[in-house]
Amino acid sequence: MLNTSPVLEFKSSTFFAPILILFNNDMAAIEEALQDKISLAPEFFKDSPLIVDLRELNKQNQDLDFTQIVQILRRVGFFPVGIRGGNEQQNKQARTLSIPLDTVREQSSSISIGETQKQETAPQPSPQPEVPVAKQSANPIPAPPASAAATLVTQPIRSGQRIYASGDLIILSQVSAGAEIMAEGNIHVYNTLRGRALAGVHGNTAARIFCFDLQAELISIAGDYKTSEDLNKQTYTSPVQIYLQNHALIIKEIA
Amino acid sequence: MARIIVVTSGKGGVGKTTTSAAIAMGLAKAGHKTAVIDFDVGLRNLDLILGCERRVVYDFINVINGEASLNQALIRDKNCNLLYILPASQTRDKDALTQEGVGKVLDELSKEFQYIVCDSPAGIEKGANLALYFADDAFVVTNPEISSVRDSDRMLGILSSKSRRAERNEEPIKEYLLLTRYDADRVKLGEMLSLEDVQEILSLHLLGIIPESKSVLSASNAGIPVILDEKSEAGQAYADVVARYLGEERPHRFIDGKQGFFRRLFGGRK
Ligand SMILES: Nc1ncnc2c1ncn2[C@@H]1O[C@H](COP(=O)(O)OP(=O)(O)OP(=O)(O)O)[C@@H](O)[C@H]1O
Ligand SMILES: [Mg+2]
Repeated sequence: MLNTSPVLEFKSSTFFAPILILFNNDMAAIEEALQDKISLAPEFFKDSPLIVDLRELNKQNQDLDFTQIVQILRRVGFFPVGIRGGNEQQNKQARTLSIPLDTVREQSSSISIGETQKQETAPQPSPQPEVPVAKQSANPIPAPPASAAATLVTQPIRSGQRIYASGDLIILSQVSAGAEIMAEGNIHVYNTLRGRALAGVHGNTAARIFCFDLQAELISIAGDYKTSEDLNKQTYTSPVQIYLQNHALIIKEIA
Repeated sequence: MARIIVVTSGKGGVGKTTTSAAIAMGLAKAGHKTAVIDFDVGLRNLDLILGCERRVVYDFINVINGEASLNQALIRDKNCNLLYILPASQTRDKDALTQEGVGKVLDELSKEFQYIVCDSPAGIEKGANLALYFADDAFVVTNPEISSVRDSDRMLGILSSKSRRAERNEEPIKEYLLLTRYDADRVKLGEMLSLEDVQEILSLHLLGIIPESKSVLSASNAGIPVILDEKSEAGQAYADVVARYLGEERPHRFIDGKQGFFRRLFGGRK
């Protein structure tokens, strides 16, 4: 019998993948820096697709074996799906590995790895509305962005739920013990914070956490953290802000 | 269209089945045609508490598999002719429950019934997730102890993200707190959490406090939902719960162990 229904169809779409910008060709240092990042938000980065950006490296004439970096990325759990800013040799390696060249600019949010300081400016808000609200395995709350740079959440965040914002994260309800909130920018909780809060997860050391009632299990800014064990030593009677000073978390009541 | 209520908790043994039987009976007594479904495949408790275990011929899974019609499987309650029970299967395993199958049964029931009460199994696995998936309202049954409160909190997270309403971006499931097995004396001694302690964590609309009461066990042994025991405190507390759910304002009681000492203060949030 003749089957007249079509076998396939092409549709246009966008695919969200963070960009990894490399500033240094020291493989050991890169792997270590990657491990550090991943330990901050293991669930978020697990199996994440990734576009490798070599523009900065090539500007500085630092050569890098693309095959080797792909091996490292796969080993730590990423799926490299694109290369941009590569030189001829690197692009050829990519083609051999079936990794496509990506020529679209400034589409995704970036993860910067390297020793440079100039990336410390506030993270660029992703122009895409698809905020990566963690992975399917969690119970992501659909969090409509309040603006391009901030994510506003009005419902309570319960134990087992996780929220990720690529800019600032503003939460009006309570955050339960066993819940986790993460932002590349600042975190504001206008209620009781009992769960885990991680600000500046891509390394923004200027990020801060503001909260009405601090009873958190863990607070972290750009990877420096305190657990409830440290936090319980003191009780706070008014709202607090938390920021980084010389790699130490400072908790101050907002008078 | 029926209103679908899930009675859920996360933690086991907190009083979900007791509550499902009581409120289903209460709703039917109030004149609403009500069905109560046992989602606890493999355990089958609800029919015991409603005293109809000897009349079970077909079950929920039979209906899902098309081995029996709904009318064949539904058991009419002996005390109230507006109440029907759809029992769980004792012999099948949980995998027999499918989202599609459950959805079909609920759709069919919705045409005939005003309320459908889903008695959820414990845990946060498939059975519990299916019991809540189609719900409009959730009665979160919680005991005044930290592990139960924690599990309820987790369940609330699932309610707000894994339900059909959440997936379709519809108005979220209405969540209500039922604090059960509440022992005011032990709360005073600090052996149990107080209502305030629980509400600090959950901050839910409180539908009622069900005191710890021997009458619950004797009622379930007799196969009569405790709400029909009008002399018992637990029975009265469940009657209050149903009335409040149906929109009546009733002050909360049994908070201090002394009946009649009302404290509206703890009414929870609307
Ligand atoms: N208010 C109460 N006072 C005294 N005992 C109670 C009360 N509520 C429930 N119980 C008892 O607690 C036990 C568990 O109750 P029930 O079966 O309703 O819990 P459940 O949450 O449905 O359990 P499961 O998670 O196993 O399905 C039963 O023995 C019941 O009699
Ligand atoms: Mg039960």
